[in-house]
Amino acid sequence: MNISSHLLVIACQNCDLLHRQRVLRDGERAMCSRCGAVLYRKKRNSLDYTLVFSLTALILFFMANVFPFMTFKYEGRVQESVLFTGVKELFVQDMWAVAVLVLLVSVIIPLFKIAGMLYVLMPLKLNQRPWQAARIFRIVEALHPWAMVDVYMLGVIVAMVKLNDFATIVPGAALYSFAALLLSMAAAGAALDPHDVWERLDVVE
Amino acid sequence: MSSAPVTAAQAALISCTTCQLVSRVRQLPANGYAICLRCGARLSRRKPNSLARAWALIVAAYILYIPANVYPVMTVISFGKGKPDTILSGVQSLLASGWWPLAVLVFFASIIVPLIKLVGLTYLVASVHYKWHWHPKQRTVLYRMTEAVGRWSMIDIFMISILVALVRLEAIATVEPGAGATSFAAVVVLTMIAAMSFDPRLMWDAMETRHD
Repeated sequence: MNISSHLLVIACQNCDLLHRQRVLRDGERAMCSRCGAVLYRKKRNSLDYTLVFSLTALILFFMANVFPFMTFKYEGRVQESVLFTGVKELFVQDMWAVAVLVLLVSVIIPLFKIAGMLYVLMPLKLNQRPWQAARIFRIVEALHPWAMVDVYMLGVIVAMVKLNDFATIVPGAALYSFAALLLSMAAAGAALDPHDVWERLDVVE
Repeated sequence: MSSAPVTAAQAALISCTTCQLVSRVRQLPANGYAICLRCGARLSRRKPNSLARAWALIVAAYILYIPANVYPVMTVISFGKGKPDTILSGVQSLLASGWWPLAVLVFFASIIVPLIKLVGLTYLVASVHYKWHWHPKQRTVLYRMTEAVGRWSMIDIFMISILVALVRLEAIATVEPGAGATSFAAVVVLTMIAAMSFDPRLMWDAMETRHD
Protein backbone atom coordinates (compact mmCIF):
# COMPACT_ATOMS: atom_id res chain seq x y z
CA MET A 1 0.00 0.00 0.00
CA ASN A 2 1.35 3.44 -0.80
CA ILE A 3 0.82 4.77 2.70
CA SER A 4 3.25 5.26 5.58
CA SER A 5 2.82 6.46 9.16
CA HIS A 6 4.68 9.29 10.86
CA LEU A 7 4.61 8.69 14.59
CA LEU A 8 6.92 11.55 15.57
CA VAL A 9 4.63 14.37 14.47
CA ILE A 10 1.05 15.27 15.24
CA ALA A 11 -1.27 17.69 13.46
CA CYS A 12 -3.79 19.94 15.18
CA GLN A 13 -7.33 18.71 14.49
CA ASN A 14 -8.62 22.30 14.41
CA CYS A 15 -6.00 24.07 12.26
CA ASP A 16 -3.75 21.32 10.80
CA LEU A 17 -0.52 22.81 12.17
CA LEU A 18 2.21 20.17 12.54
CA HIS A 19 3.90 19.69 15.91
CA ARG A 20 6.70 17.43 17.04
CA GLN A 21 5.38 14.88 19.55
CA ARG A 22 6.94 15.14 22.98
CA VAL A 23 6.74 12.84 25.95
CA LEU A 24 4.53 14.47 28.57
CA ARG A 25 4.55 14.03 32.32
CA ASP A 26 1.40 12.92 34.17
CA GLY A 27 -1.25 15.63 34.15
CA GLU A 28 0.38 17.63 31.36
CA ARG A 29 -1.28 18.48 28.09
CA ALA A 30 0.05 19.65 24.77
CA MET A 31 -1.71 22.59 23.13
CA CYS A 32 -1.61 23.79 19.56
CA SER A 33 0.75 26.78 19.35
CA ARG A 34 -1.45 28.49 16.76
CA CYS A 35 -5.12 27.96 17.69
CA GLY A 36 -4.93 26.72 21.29
CA ALA A 37 -6.67 23.36 20.78
CA VAL A 38 -5.58 20.46 22.99
CA LEU A 39 -3.37 18.15 20.94
CA TYR A 40 -2.99 15.32 23.46
CA ARG A 41 -2.72 14.77 27.21
CA LYS A 42 -0.98 12.44 29.57
CA LYS A 43 -3.19 11.18 32.36
CA ARG A 44 -2.13 9.30 35.45
CA ASN A 45 -3.14 5.61 35.47
CA SER A 46 -5.58 6.39 32.69
CA LEU A 47 -6.31 2.79 31.76
CA ASP A 48 -6.98 1.61 35.34
CA TYR A 49 -9.25 4.53 36.22
CA THR A 50 -11.19 4.27 32.96
CA LEU A 51 -11.72 0.55 33.54
CA VAL A 52 -12.90 0.98 37.13
CA PHE A 53 -15.39 3.73 36.27
CA SER A 54 -16.63 1.90 33.16
CA LEU A 55 -17.30 -1.27 35.16
CA THR A 56 -19.17 0.77 37.76
CA ALA A 57 -21.13 2.44 34.99
CA LEU A 58 -22.10 -0.93 33.47
CA ILE A 59 -23.59 -2.14 36.76
CA LEU A 60 -25.38 1.17 37.34
CA PHE A 61 -26.71 1.11 33.79
CA PHE A 62 -28.62 -2.10 34.47
CA MET A 63 -29.84 -0.84 37.84
CA ALA A 64 -31.08 2.37 36.22
CA ASN A 65 -33.01 0.43 33.59
CA VAL A 66 -34.54 -2.23 35.82
CA PHE A 67 -35.64 -0.50 39.01
CA PRO A 68 -38.60 1.93 39.19
CA PHE A 69 -37.52 5.36 37.98
CA MET A 70 -40.13 7.68 39.46
CA THR A 71 -43.57 7.45 41.06
CA PHE A 72 -46.21 10.04 40.27
CA LYS A 73 -48.91 10.76 42.88
CA TYR A 74 -51.89 12.94 41.99
CA GLU A 75 -55.45 13.19 43.34
CA GLY A 76 -55.08 9.91 45.21
CA ARG A 77 -53.79 8.05 42.16
CA VAL A 78 -50.35 6.51 42.05
CA GLN A 79 -48.40 5.68 38.90
CA GLU A 80 -44.97 4.15 38.63
CA SER A 81 -42.68 4.42 35.64
CA VAL A 82 -39.32 2.98 34.60
CA LEU A 83 -36.68 4.66 32.46
CA PHE A 84 -38.02 2.99 29.30
CA THR A 85 -41.62 4.17 29.83
CA GLY A 86 -40.90 7.54 28.19
CA VAL A 87 -39.77 5.90 24.96
CA LYS A 88 -42.74 3.52 24.99
CA GLU A 89 -45.28 6.32 25.57
CA LEU A 90 -43.75 8.45 22.80
CA PHE A 91 -44.19 5.46 20.47
CA VAL A 92 -47.78 4.94 21.60
CA GLN A 93 -48.52 8.61 20.94
CA ASP A 94 -47.16 8.36 17.37
CA MET A 95 -43.98 10.34 18.05
CA TRP A 96 -41.76 7.56 16.74
CA ALA A 97 -38.94 9.84 15.50
CA VAL A 98 -38.50 11.44 18.91
CA ALA A 99 -38.94 8.04 20.59
CA VAL A 100 -36.14 6.49 18.51
CA LEU A 101 -33.88 9.49 19.18
CA VAL A 102 -34.46 9.36 22.95
CA LEU A 103 -33.94 5.57 22.96
CA LEU A 104 -30.67 5.93 21.05
CA VAL A 105 -29.06 8.76 23.00
CA SER A 106 -30.22 7.80 26.50
CA VAL A 107 -30.07 3.98 26.39
CA ILE A 108 -28.47 2.29 23.38
CA ILE A 109 -25.48 4.58 22.72
CA PRO A 110 -24.50 4.92 26.40
CA LEU A 111 -24.63 1.11 26.76
CA PHE A 112 -22.62 0.60 23.58
CA LYS A 113 -20.09 3.17 24.77
CA ILE A 114 -19.60 1.53 28.18
CA ALA A 115 -19.50 -2.02 26.77
CA GLY A 116 -17.22 -1.03 23.88
CA MET A 117 -14.80 0.71 26.20
CA LEU A 118 -14.62 -2.37 28.45
CA TYR A 119 -14.27 -4.67 25.45
CA VAL A 120 -11.23 -2.77 24.17
CA LEU A 121 -9.57 -1.70 27.43
CA MET A 122 -9.87 -4.87 29.50
CA PRO A 123 -7.72 -7.01 27.13
CA LEU A 124 -5.34 -4.06 26.63
CA LYS A 125 -4.75 -4.02 30.36
CA LEU A 126 -3.65 -7.67 29.98
CA ASN A 127 -1.55 -6.77 26.92
CA GLN A 128 -3.92 -8.45 24.53
CA ARG A 129 -5.72 -7.12 21.52
CA PRO A 130 -9.39 -8.06 21.18
CA TRP A 131 -10.94 -8.87 17.81
CA GLN A 132 -11.74 -5.72 15.78
CA ALA A 133 -10.36 -3.53 18.59
CA ALA A 134 -9.53 -0.55 16.39
CA ARG A 135 -12.90 -0.50 14.66
CA ILE A 136 -14.83 -0.74 17.94
CA PHE A 137 -12.77 1.91 19.69
CA ARG A 138 -13.19 4.15 16.64
CA ILE A 139 -16.98 3.83 16.89
CA VAL A 140 -16.89 4.39 20.66
CA GLU A 141 -14.95 7.61 20.07
CA ALA A 142 -17.27 8.78 17.29
CA LEU A 143 -20.38 8.19 19.40
CA HIS A 144 -19.03 10.27 22.26
CA PRO A 145 -21.25 13.38 21.79
CA TRP A 146 -24.34 11.21 21.26
CA ALA A 147 -24.29 9.56 24.68
CA MET A 148 -26.49 12.05 26.52
CA VAL A 149 -26.88 10.65 30.01
CA ASP A 150 -25.77 13.98 31.50
CA VAL A 151 -28.25 16.02 29.47
CA TYR A 152 -31.03 13.52 30.29
CA MET A 153 -30.44 14.05 34.02
CA LEU A 154 -31.09 17.78 33.60
CA GLY A 155 -34.28 16.90 31.71
CA VAL A 156 -35.33 14.82 34.74
CA ILE A 157 -34.76 17.76 37.06
CA VAL A 158 -36.74 20.15 34.84
CA ALA A 159 -39.59 17.62 34.59
CA MET A 160 -39.72 17.23 38.38
CA VAL A 161 -39.82 20.98 38.89
CA LYS A 162 -42.63 21.31 36.34
CA LEU A 163 -44.78 18.80 38.23
CA ASN A 164 -43.78 20.08 41.63
CA ASP A 165 -46.69 22.53 41.86
CA PHE A 166 -49.57 20.10 41.48
CA ALA A 167 -48.36 16.56 42.05
CA THR A 168 -46.02 14.56 44.24
CA ILE A 169 -43.03 12.87 42.64
CA VAL A 170 -41.22 10.10 44.49
CA PRO A 171 -37.77 9.32 43.06
CA GLY A 172 -37.12 5.58 42.69
CA ALA A 173 -33.95 3.51 43.00
CA ALA A 174 -33.36 3.82 39.26
CA LEU A 175 -33.20 7.60 39.47
CA TYR A 176 -30.41 7.45 42.04
CA SER A 177 -28.67 4.77 39.96
CA PHE A 178 -29.02 7.01 36.93
CA ALA A 179 -27.45 9.97 38.74
CA ALA A 180 -24.57 7.71 39.82
CA LEU A 181 -24.32 6.39 36.24
CA LEU A 182 -23.91 9.95 34.99
CA LEU A 183 -21.10 10.54 37.49
CA SER A 184 -19.23 7.32 36.67
CA MET A 185 -19.56 7.89 32.91
CA ALA A 186 -18.23 11.42 33.35
CA ALA A 187 -15.36 10.07 35.48
CA ALA A 188 -14.56 7.37 32.90
CA GLY A 189 -14.62 10.00 30.16
CA ALA A 190 -12.30 12.26 32.14
CA ALA A 191 -9.90 9.39 32.86
CA LEU A 192 -9.80 8.09 29.28
CA ASP A 193 -6.74 8.99 27.25
CA PRO A 194 -7.58 8.09 23.64
CA HIS A 195 -4.08 8.95 22.46
CA ASP A 196 -2.68 6.41 24.92
CA VAL A 197 -5.20 3.77 23.83
CA TRP A 198 -4.28 4.21 20.16
CA GLU A 199 -0.58 3.97 20.97
CA ARG A 200 -1.17 0.79 22.97
CA LEU A 201 -3.18 -0.65 20.09
CA ASP A 202 -0.16 0.11 17.88
CA VAL A 203 2.17 -1.87 20.12
CA VAL A 204 -0.01 -4.85 21.06
CA GLU A 205 -0.62 -7.33 18.30
CA MET B 1 11.41 24.53 14.29
CA SER B 2 12.35 28.12 13.64
CA SER B 3 10.96 28.22 10.13
CA ALA B 4 7.44 29.36 9.26
CA PRO B 5 4.64 27.17 10.61
CA VAL B 6 3.90 24.18 8.42
CA THR B 7 0.59 22.38 8.24
CA ALA B 8 0.13 18.70 7.58
CA ALA B 9 -1.39 19.55 4.20
CA GLN B 10 1.64 21.67 3.22
CA ALA B 11 3.91 18.78 4.14
CA ALA B 12 1.76 16.47 2.00
CA LEU B 13 0.64 14.60 5.12
CA ILE B 14 -2.84 13.58 6.21
CA SER B 15 -3.89 13.59 9.83
CA CYS B 16 -6.54 11.06 10.83
CA THR B 17 -9.57 12.82 12.31
CA THR B 18 -10.27 9.78 14.51
CA CYS B 19 -6.93 8.60 15.96
CA GLN B 20 -4.68 11.55 15.02
CA LEU B 21 -2.13 9.31 13.29
CA VAL B 22 -0.25 11.32 10.65
CA SER B 23 0.18 9.47 7.36
CA ARG B 24 1.88 10.10 4.06
CA VAL B 25 -0.31 8.91 1.23
CA ARG B 26 1.64 8.86 -1.99
CA GLN B 27 -1.43 8.87 -4.14
CA LEU B 28 -5.02 9.06 -2.99
CA PRO B 29 -7.15 6.39 -4.69
CA ALA B 30 -9.70 7.52 -7.24
CA ASN B 31 -12.52 7.42 -4.68
CA GLY B 32 -10.79 10.26 -2.82
CA TYR B 33 -9.82 8.61 0.45
CA ALA B 34 -7.31 6.17 1.89
CA ILE B 35 -7.78 4.02 4.99
CA CYS B 36 -5.91 4.85 8.21
CA LEU B 37 -3.44 2.06 9.01
CA ARG B 38 -4.05 2.35 12.73
CA CYS B 39 -7.80 2.81 13.20
CA GLY B 40 -9.31 2.03 9.80
CA ALA B 41 -11.09 5.39 9.44
CA ARG B 42 -11.29 7.14 6.09
CA LEU B 43 -8.37 9.47 5.43
CA SER B 44 -8.78 12.59 3.34
CA ARG B 45 -6.91 15.90 3.51
CA ARG B 46 -10.03 17.74 4.62
CA LYS B 47 -13.47 16.47 5.62
CA PRO B 48 -15.25 15.59 2.34
CA ASN B 49 -17.60 18.23 0.90
CA SER B 50 -17.40 20.00 4.24
CA LEU B 51 -18.95 23.31 3.17
CA ALA B 52 -21.75 21.85 1.04
CA ARG B 53 -22.76 19.37 3.75
CA ALA B 54 -22.63 21.89 6.57
CA TRP B 55 -24.54 24.43 4.48
CA ALA B 56 -27.30 21.97 3.53
CA LEU B 57 -27.76 20.87 7.14
CA ILE B 58 -27.82 24.46 8.41
CA VAL B 59 -30.47 25.50 5.86
CA ALA B 60 -32.61 22.49 6.85
CA ALA B 61 -32.19 23.44 10.50
CA TYR B 62 -33.20 27.07 9.82
CA ILE B 63 -36.41 25.87 8.16
CA LEU B 64 -37.29 23.49 11.01
CA TYR B 65 -36.42 26.15 13.58
CA ILE B 66 -39.70 27.91 12.73
CA PRO B 67 -42.15 25.04 13.49
CA ALA B 68 -39.92 24.08 16.43
CA ASN B 69 -40.69 27.40 18.08
CA VAL B 70 -44.22 28.08 16.79
CA TYR B 71 -45.90 24.73 17.43
CA PRO B 72 -46.43 23.42 20.95
CA VAL B 73 -43.87 20.87 22.08
CA MET B 74 -46.35 19.37 24.54
CA THR B 75 -49.83 19.80 25.97
CA VAL B 76 -50.66 19.16 29.61
CA ILE B 77 -54.28 17.97 29.79
CA SER B 78 -55.81 18.11 33.25
CA PHE B 79 -59.50 17.15 33.71
CA GLY B 80 -60.19 17.68 30.00
CA LYS B 81 -58.56 21.10 29.85
CA GLY B 82 -55.46 21.33 27.70
CA LYS B 83 -52.60 23.78 28.17
CA PRO B 84 -50.24 23.76 25.20
CA ASP B 85 -46.63 24.74 25.80
CA THR B 86 -44.13 25.98 23.24
CA ILE B 87 -40.39 26.02 23.91
CA LEU B 88 -40.60 29.67 24.97
CA SER B 89 -43.74 29.38 27.10
CA GLY B 90 -42.14 26.40 28.86
CA VAL B 91 -39.33 28.68 29.98
CA GLN B 92 -41.84 31.35 31.02
CA SER B 93 -43.79 28.90 33.19
CA LEU B 94 -40.56 27.76 34.86
CA LEU B 95 -39.78 31.40 35.58
CA ALA B 96 -43.30 31.97 36.93
CA SER B 97 -42.99 29.03 39.31
CA GLY B 98 -40.02 30.77 40.90
CA TRP B 99 -37.28 28.35 39.89
CA TRP B 100 -35.32 31.05 38.12
CA PRO B 101 -31.86 29.38 38.12
CA LEU B 102 -33.41 26.43 36.28
CA ALA B 103 -35.40 28.80 34.05
CA VAL B 104 -32.17 30.56 33.08
CA LEU B 105 -30.52 27.23 32.35
CA VAL B 106 -33.40 26.01 30.15
CA PHE B 107 -33.62 29.41 28.44
CA PHE B 108 -29.95 29.13 27.63
CA ALA B 109 -30.07 25.49 26.48
CA SER B 110 -33.31 25.69 24.48
CA ILE B 111 -33.34 29.23 23.06
CA ILE B 112 -29.83 30.72 23.12
CA VAL B 113 -27.78 27.63 22.20
CA PRO B 114 -29.76 26.68 19.04
CA LEU B 115 -29.66 30.32 17.89
CA ILE B 116 -25.93 30.66 18.57
CA LYS B 117 -25.33 27.41 16.72
CA LEU B 118 -27.35 28.44 13.67
CA VAL B 119 -25.90 31.95 13.46
CA GLY B 120 -22.40 30.82 14.48
CA LEU B 121 -22.24 28.01 11.93
CA THR B 122 -23.60 30.31 9.22
CA TYR B 123 -20.86 32.80 10.07
CA LEU B 124 -18.16 30.09 10.05
CA VAL B 125 -19.28 28.58 6.74
CA ALA B 126 -19.55 32.05 5.17
CA SER B 127 -16.09 32.98 6.50
CA VAL B 128 -14.58 30.02 4.65
CA HIS B 129 -16.65 30.53 1.54
CA TYR B 130 -15.58 34.19 1.21
CA LYS B 131 -12.02 33.45 2.44
CA TRP B 132 -12.17 35.99 5.26
CA HIS B 133 -8.85 36.54 7.00
CA TRP B 134 -9.72 38.15 10.29
CA HIS B 135 -9.41 36.49 13.68
CA PRO B 136 -9.00 32.87 12.65
CA LYS B 137 -8.15 31.96 16.24
CA GLN B 138 -11.39 33.44 17.61
CA ARG B 139 -13.34 31.68 14.87
CA THR B 140 -11.71 28.40 15.81
CA VAL B 141 -12.66 28.96 19.46
CA LEU B 142 -16.23 29.72 18.31
CA TYR B 143 -16.19 26.43 16.40
CA ARG B 144 -15.03 24.47 19.44
CA MET B 145 -17.79 26.07 21.56
CA THR B 146 -20.43 25.32 18.92
CA GLU B 147 -19.34 21.71 18.83
CA ALA B 148 -19.25 21.29 22.60
CA VAL B 149 -22.47 22.99 23.60
CA GLY B 150 -24.90 21.63 21.02
CA ARG B 151 -26.04 18.47 22.77
CA TRP B 152 -27.34 20.39 25.79
CA SER B 153 -30.32 21.62 23.78
CA MET B 154 -31.82 18.15 24.19
CA ILE B 155 -32.93 18.97 27.77
CA ASP B 156 -36.43 19.92 26.61
CA ILE B 157 -36.88 16.74 24.55
CA PHE B 158 -35.89 14.56 27.51
CA MET B 159 -38.13 16.59 29.83
CA ILE B 160 -41.08 15.87 27.51
CA SER B 161 -40.31 12.15 27.32
CA ILE B 162 -40.23 12.01 31.14
CA LEU B 163 -43.47 13.96 31.57
CA VAL B 164 -45.21 11.75 29.00
CA ALA B 165 -44.09 8.70 30.99
CA LEU B 166 -45.06 10.06 34.40
CA VAL B 167 -48.36 11.79 33.75
CA ARG B 168 -50.74 9.28 32.18
CA LEU B 169 -53.88 9.09 34.32
CA GLU B 170 -56.36 8.98 31.44
CA ALA B 171 -59.26 11.23 32.48
CA ILE B 172 -57.45 13.06 35.24
CA ALA B 173 -54.14 14.18 33.79
CA THR B 174 -52.09 13.36 30.72
CA VAL B 175 -49.25 14.94 28.79
CA GLU B 176 -49.33 14.82 25.01
CA PRO B 177 -46.19 15.49 23.00
CA GLY B 178 -46.67 18.08 20.24
CA ALA B 179 -45.46 18.49 16.65
CA GLY B 180 -42.98 21.14 17.80
CA ALA B 181 -41.02 18.48 19.68
CA THR B 182 -40.13 16.57 16.50
CA SER B 183 -39.00 19.75 14.76
CA PHE B 184 -37.01 20.88 17.77
CA ALA B 185 -35.26 17.51 18.10
CA ALA B 186 -34.49 17.65 14.37
CA VAL B 187 -32.93 21.12 14.75
CA VAL B 188 -30.66 19.85 17.53
CA VAL B 189 -29.57 16.76 15.58
CA LEU B 190 -29.09 18.63 12.28
CA THR B 191 -26.97 21.37 13.86
CA MET B 192 -24.87 18.77 15.69
CA ILE B 193 -24.16 16.94 12.42
CA ALA B 194 -23.55 20.28 10.66
CA ALA B 195 -20.90 21.18 13.26
CA MET B 196 -19.27 17.76 12.81
CA SER B 197 -19.29 18.11 9.00
CA PHE B 198 -17.63 21.52 9.06
CA ASP B 199 -13.86 21.35 8.85
CA PRO B 200 -12.27 24.19 10.89
CA ARG B 201 -8.96 23.63 9.12
CA LEU B 202 -10.51 25.26 6.03
CA MET B 203 -10.47 28.59 7.89
CA TRP B 204 -6.70 28.29 8.25
CA ASP B 205 -6.27 27.16 4.65
CA ALA B 206 -7.98 30.38 3.57
CA MET B 207 -5.35 32.36 5.49
CA GLU B 208 -2.63 31.13 3.19
CA THR B 209 -4.12 32.58 0.03
CA ARG B 210 -3.03 36.17 0.68
CA HIS B 211 0.67 35.53 1.15
CA ASP B 212 1.23 33.12 -1.72
